[in-house]
Parts: sequence; structure tokens; C-alpha cells
Amino acid sequence: MFDWLQFFRPTPPFSGGVLLDMHKITDASPIADCPLPEVLIHPLKQHIGASCELLVSVGDHVFRGQKIGKSKGYVSAPVHAGTSGKVVRIEDHIVPHPSGLGMPCIFIEADGLDQSIEAKNSITDWINHAPSLLREQVRLAGITGLGGAGFPTYIKLLKDQRHPIHTVVLNGIECEPWLTHDHRLMIEHSDAIVEGLAILLHLVGSPRGVIAIEDNKPIAILAMQQAIDAYTSNAKNQAAIIMVVQSLPTRYPQGSEKQLIQAITGQEVPAGKLPMHTGVLCQNIASTEAIYRAIVQGKPLTERVITVSGDALPIPANLRVRLGTPMRFVFSHCGLRQWDGIQIVHGGPMMGERLKNAEAPVVKSTTGLLAMARNTLMAEHQGEEPCIRCGHCSEVCPIHLVPNMLADFTRQEQFDKAESYQLFDCIECGCCSHVCPSHIPLVHYFRYGKGQLAQIRKEKSFAEASRQRSEQRNSRIVQEKAAKAARRSRVRQQAKKILPPETKDDQP
Amino acid sequence: MIIHLSPPHQHGGDSIQASMLSVIFALLPASLCAVWLFGWLAVWQILTCIGVCMLSEWVAMRMMKRVSRLHDGSAALTGLLLALILPAATPWWMSIMGAVFAIILGKQVYGGLGYNPFNPALSARVILLISFPLAMTSWLIPAQAMPAGVDLYDISTTLALFFGGPEAMGQTLDAITMASPLGYVKDDARQGISVALSLQTHGYSYLDAFIGKETGSMGETSALALLIGGIILISRNTIRWHIPVSYLLTVAVLAAIFNTIDGDRFAPPLFHLLAGGLMLCAFFMATDPVSSPMGVKGHVVFGVGCGVLTWVIRTWGGYPEGAMFAVLLMNCAVPFIDHYFRPRVYGHQRKTP
Repeated sequence: MFDWLQFFRPTPPFSGGVLLDMHKITDASPIADCPLPEVLIHPLKQHIGASCELLVSVGDHVFRGQKIGKSKGYVSAPVHAGTSGKVVRIEDHIVPHPSGLGMPCIFIEADGLDQSIEAKNSITDWINHAPSLLREQVRLAGITGLGGAGFPTYIKLLKDQRHPIHTVVLNGIECEPWLTHDHRLMIEHSDAIVEGLAILLHLVGSPRGVIAIEDNKPIAILAMQQAIDAYTSNAKNQAAIIMVVQSLPTRYPQGSEKQLIQAITGQEVPAGKLPMHTGVLCQNIASTEAIYRAIVQGKPLTERVITVSGDALPIPANLRVRLGTPMRFVFSHCGLRQWDGIQIVHGGPMMGERLKNAEAPVVKSTTGLLAMARNTLMAEHQGEEPCIRCGHCSEVCPIHLVPNMLADFTRQEQFDKAESYQLFDCIECGCCSHVCPSHIPLVHYFRYGKGQLAQIRKEKSFAEASRQRSEQRNSRIVQEKAAKAARRSRVRQQAKKILPPETKDDQP
Repeated sequence: MIIHLSPPHQHGGDSIQASMLSVIFALLPASLCAVWLFGWLAVWQILTCIGVCMLSEWVAMRMMKRVSRLHDGSAALTGLLLALILPAATPWWMSIMGAVFAIILGKQVYGGLGYNPFNPALSARVILLISFPLAMTSWLIPAQAMPAGVDLYDISTTLALFFGGPEAMGQTLDAITMASPLGYVKDDARQGISVALSLQTHGYSYLDAFIGKETGSMGETSALALLIGGIILISRNTIRWHIPVSYLLTVAVLAAIFNTIDGDRFAPPLFHLLAGGLMLCAFFMATDPVSSPMGVKGHVVFGVGCGVLTWVIRTWGGYPEGAMFAVLLMNCAVPFIDHYFRPRVYGHQRKTP
């Protein structure tokens, strides 16, 4: 319906976007503990970056929180055992990825005792510790962005003199339909989140923290406000920091980092730059809670809160699940018995991935698990109709791209053209596909185009490198020849001086 | 058929069929107005155009061995639009020709739905206008003002008129048709008669023009019905308001400026807004998604272009009405507009050309 009052309202916090059917049926269900399965499956790579190095072998006994995969390289995060037990297998297993391909995983058979490795380095007086030390603690705890992207968190926590952070934004937007885990976390663990925010402010040396929540979560807004009041009224906490809750009008994809920064600061993140270049650090609610646990309680990341929901699930719930729990176990716990005609979605319906089966484990980037009836989802074999150029896709694009033209270029394999129309700025939020009357799978085209372009770039840089190598070789040969000639003539000159002119035996 | 597993997995529920039906629904007031003014004749014209358009679409799809797309309603919409921009006295074979032109030459030769550079109904109308200038500029007198003996609310009379022409009724074309306001103002201006005098001698009334009682094509006469339809379209989010508003505003502003300079030679803005096919073109033709640009900036450029061309052709061109030529000409410029008036991409200083 056309919004006739739009001309009288203040400009929306960010342009584009859509209003979705939210289906937040688990809004009021408290976080419950999911029981322990018999076997936990820990993939060695649950984050963006390098895969972990194996630290255990089959037959080893491990404790909960024991590091079993060591991070390799800068962009990486270690993996910890989810419970105490025996390593029974180390082999490839399906991970949450639409390809259905396997990845090396550690299988731990639970001994039922669930003994934790003794908590060390629990730092309650973190304010007296150097940020670098706390940052190392976050790194060792294996915390990654728990909002779904899975980028190692500690990297973002760098205190950089060139780009001082003026605002830390906690992302409590949760704009995906169905998902409510962040909402429940904010209500039930608001104190931990506020202290986590204080730790973040200390870590990056920022004076201001903003907790951004959409206005469809009034209870969470209230809870966070009370927690902030309680925290700042405590005399022992420093008063130099400001923490506020900011309520934002509901609109998808506000939870996207770039859109959130635009909504809060009015600034755009320049193309090719990071959010920290605008002086803003965005952090997920669940990650912040994990940071609090890692520093104040000394606990590595071994569990997370997920929403298990969907229109085909008998008992939807918000569950605190041990990482590595097989999805089938979680769904069974929520009463799913009938698997026919059900599509598992890992994450939310807008940006999550369809999985072929439920054998994969819950990993760090699992925000939610949805069991959807196939007929309520966009069909896999959607008859793509011709584009009628209605322009709805570019109206809703929060990046202001022209999706239908990009899709045309990709379809016609004009990848250079697609690149000049800024294909790489697409955040794959899915708004365009969501509103397309012709059911064109635009995001699918963009992913394909990006993949092809990356390949082309790689080949180009490879060709460029070989060209440079060959040029260098040629110039080196020329130089060597010249040097040789110069040396020879010098030797000859010297010989002329020393030897009488008639001895010419050494000439070639 | 591709298998796609990429997100999103939820769809908003919009479809081509829904938007086409929405436009057809928005055309209902204008269609009813046509039936009120021209009786059963309007019904025959509309049914003929819609039927022949759908048949042509079906035949074309069969010939190209494609899956029939009749269900999406785009052919029916083209038929309805074509009927509404034809004069009520158009002979049956001309209507059929127009409908075939609209679908075959206006749409299918380019590749079908979504690929036509021009609005199909408008291009058919222009082909007919150029081929049969007399028939296309003879405007039937509305039923309320018809001379005695011709009852447009009578089925047999209208069938005779539709298939046999005025001669079958023992009438001449001149007896049952009139010039349109745009037409006589233009003719009088050539003879040096001022606009005001010309309107006065022909008994022109702004209220009649608003309601639709002045002569014109079947669905074009009533500005009121078209405005209602336009508001329906905008409030249902089928079209955005930028094209019609910028189009109508441009015509009004240009007319106002020149009317102030020389009121005898240039018609006032209200006359321009209510006359001819402007309203229908602004709300239903220029906003055709396939042949119009995308994005707000593009919409405004397109609307302003249509407005300028309409006013220029009406004032200085050879034809009394310029709206359809203006829209078709601006259709040519759409790829250009789409390329140069893209929105600025998030995080980029300005767009790369």
C-alpha cells in the first residue's frame, strides 16, 4: 500500500529496504537449555579465514572448553571442545553450507560428566588491564561474529590511532524474520551485555556506546535501558563513558552493518573502506555476551543461543545449544518427527542457506534453524518470468544498485559491465528477489557474477604476474649482457695497458 | 529452468499478473465512463480489442513455440488500453488491425513481454493515426448529445454502426462526429482566432471536459475517471507518482508561462490538462514499466521530457494532440536515461559513467 503520509514524516534512517512479515513466534519463549547429544561434531573451520590446526588425535580425552583446534594465521579463530569426552573420529563431515560438501571435523563422544577445563584468566577487574591483553583473551576464546558472518571478533577490536573509534554500536536489530535469539538475550542477559559493551568501549578506547534495537522489541529496549541505568549508577564503574539505547523503526535490512551505521550516524561507509574508517565499531549482541563470558568468566565459546523455529516445527524455541550439536538432534528436541516436505534453513529466511539435510552440526555462525514446509518457501524450480522493468528491485535496494540490469549483464556474461555497475557492492540482503514480481532469483545471479568476476580477476592477476616476470627476465638478461660486455671491455682495456698490443690470444 | 538455492527463501507475493490486474482495475472508471458516453459501441470496441489482442498473443506464442502467457493479463491490458485511446466510431476492421499491430508489431517482434521499447497500445494507435488520419480524428458525439435516430444505448443500432459504419444508419460520418477541443482550437488559431473566442464559439466548458462530455477518444475524455484510476494505481503501489506528476506539472507550467505571455495564441494550463489524451498518457501510458525508465531521477527526467514534447507538439506541431507522440519519443530515450540517471551507489562519491 502506498504510504500517503510519507511526505510528512522525517526521512527514513536508511534508504531502500522492505517491511517483512516477521513471524517472530518465539518472541516470548525464554531461552532454554538444549540437552547434550551423544556425539558433538566440531568442524575445524567455523569462521571466515584460515582453517584450524588439529591439536588432538583419535582416542584423546578432552574437557569442555579445551582447545582442540589452533588458529592458523591472523584471520582465524580456535575451536574448543563442547563437552568432556573422547575424540572418536576425525573425518570429513557435512557442515552448514548449501553445497553440502564436507570439511574435516572432530567427533567427540560425550562421557556425560560434562567436566569443564578449569577456568583460568577470569578477569573481573578488566578496567585495570591493558586492551591488548584483553584482546588476546577474546582471540583465545575463539569468538567470531555470532550474527552469521563468522568473522573473527578480535580483529575488529584493534585500538588504532589512525582511526579512533568514536562510537561502538551493539547490533540488536535482528531484522531477519523468525529469529528471536538476540531479543531473548537482551531481555535475559542485559547486565552481561552492558558490561560486555563497557569492555568493548575500554578495548577500543571509545567514549560512547549505542545499543540499536528496532521498535518491534519494546521489552528489550526497556530491559537494556534498565541494565544501563543499573550499571552507570554503580559507583565503581567509571563515569567517562556514555551508553544509550537507540530505538529504530523496523525495516529490513537494518541489521546489516553498513545500513546500521547509516541509520545511527547518518554516514555512509565509503566504498572499499571498513566501518572503523567512519569511527564506528559494530558488534553483535551475542558476540558481546560471549566477550563478557570470555573475559569476566574466562570461558571460551562453546555454546550459543539459537532460535529453532519455522512453520513446520511443532515446538519452536530459543535454545542455548552446545556448538557441535547435530541439527537433527536439535530439531528432534523441538518435536520434529515428520521430515517429509520439510526444508531446513540455516539462518533466517532472507539471508540464510537452504541445507540438503539436517546432519550438519550447529556452528558458531548458526543464528537460527528453521524447519519450513517446502510449499511456503520460494520454490526451488521457480519459473523465472521476463523482467517487466517495474523497478521495485532498485527501489528497495539499500545500496542503490539497479538489480535487474545487473542480472541482465550477468545472464549475458557481460561481467565487466556488471562490475562497472558496482556488482561487488551488493550485500546480498535479498530485498530485490523478495519483491520481484517476475520471481527472478537476482541474488543467485549476483553470486554467480561475483564468483565469475573473482575468477577473472585471479586469472588476470596471474597473467599480469607472468607478464611482469617475463619482462623482468628479459630486462635482467639485457642488463646481464650489458654488464658482461662492460666487464669484458674493461678487462680488455686493462689487458691493453698491461700486455703488449701484439698478444691477442685471449680474444674470442 | 534453473535450480536455485540462494536466499531469500521468502517472497513478498507480488506477481506480474497482480500488477497487470491492478492496472486493469484502475482503468475501470475510465471504461465505465466510456460505456456511459458511447453506450454499447464502447463495449463492442473494448471486447474486440481485448479479444483480438489475446488471440494475437496466443498465435504469436504458438508460432514462436513458447509457453502461452495469456494468464498474466498483459495482452488483455494492452487491448483495453488500445480500445480506450481509439475514437468510438472506429470501424471494426480498424480496431482489429490496431489490436494485431499492438501485439505483433508493438510487442512480440521485440521478444515479448518485457522487451518492447515502445508502449504497444500507443504504437498501434500511432500506426492507425498515420494510416487512417480521417477515421482517427473523427470523434463520435456522446450519446447524450447525439442527433435523434442514433441511439448508442441500443444494441442493434450500435452493432450496425460498428460493423456497417455511419452509412448503414443512413448518416454521414460528419453528422455524428465532431472535432475535438484541441482540434478546433488549433484550426482556429491558424485562422487567427484567439483561444478564448474559439472555445466560446464551440461551447467549451471546463466542467464538461473534467467529467468527460467533451469529445475525444473513448477513455480519454473524462479527466475525473482517469484521476481516480491514477490514484488507485499510486495507492496500490503499482506505479510511483513521479512520472505522472512531473509530466502534468511540466505541461501546466509551460502552458501557464506562455498563456501569460500571449493569452490569445496559447491555451491556458487547465485546458491543456483536461484536453486530449494527456491524463491517460500520464497515468497509464508513460508509467508502463517496460517502456519507462527506472528510479526516481529517471522518472522525473522522463516525465519532464514527455511534458515538454506534448506541449511543443500541441502548440507548434502538425497534429493537434501530441501526448502519444511525446511518450513514444521519450520511450526511445529510456536506455539513455537509465544509463545516465542511475542512483548514486552507497559509499561511492558519485556514480561512474
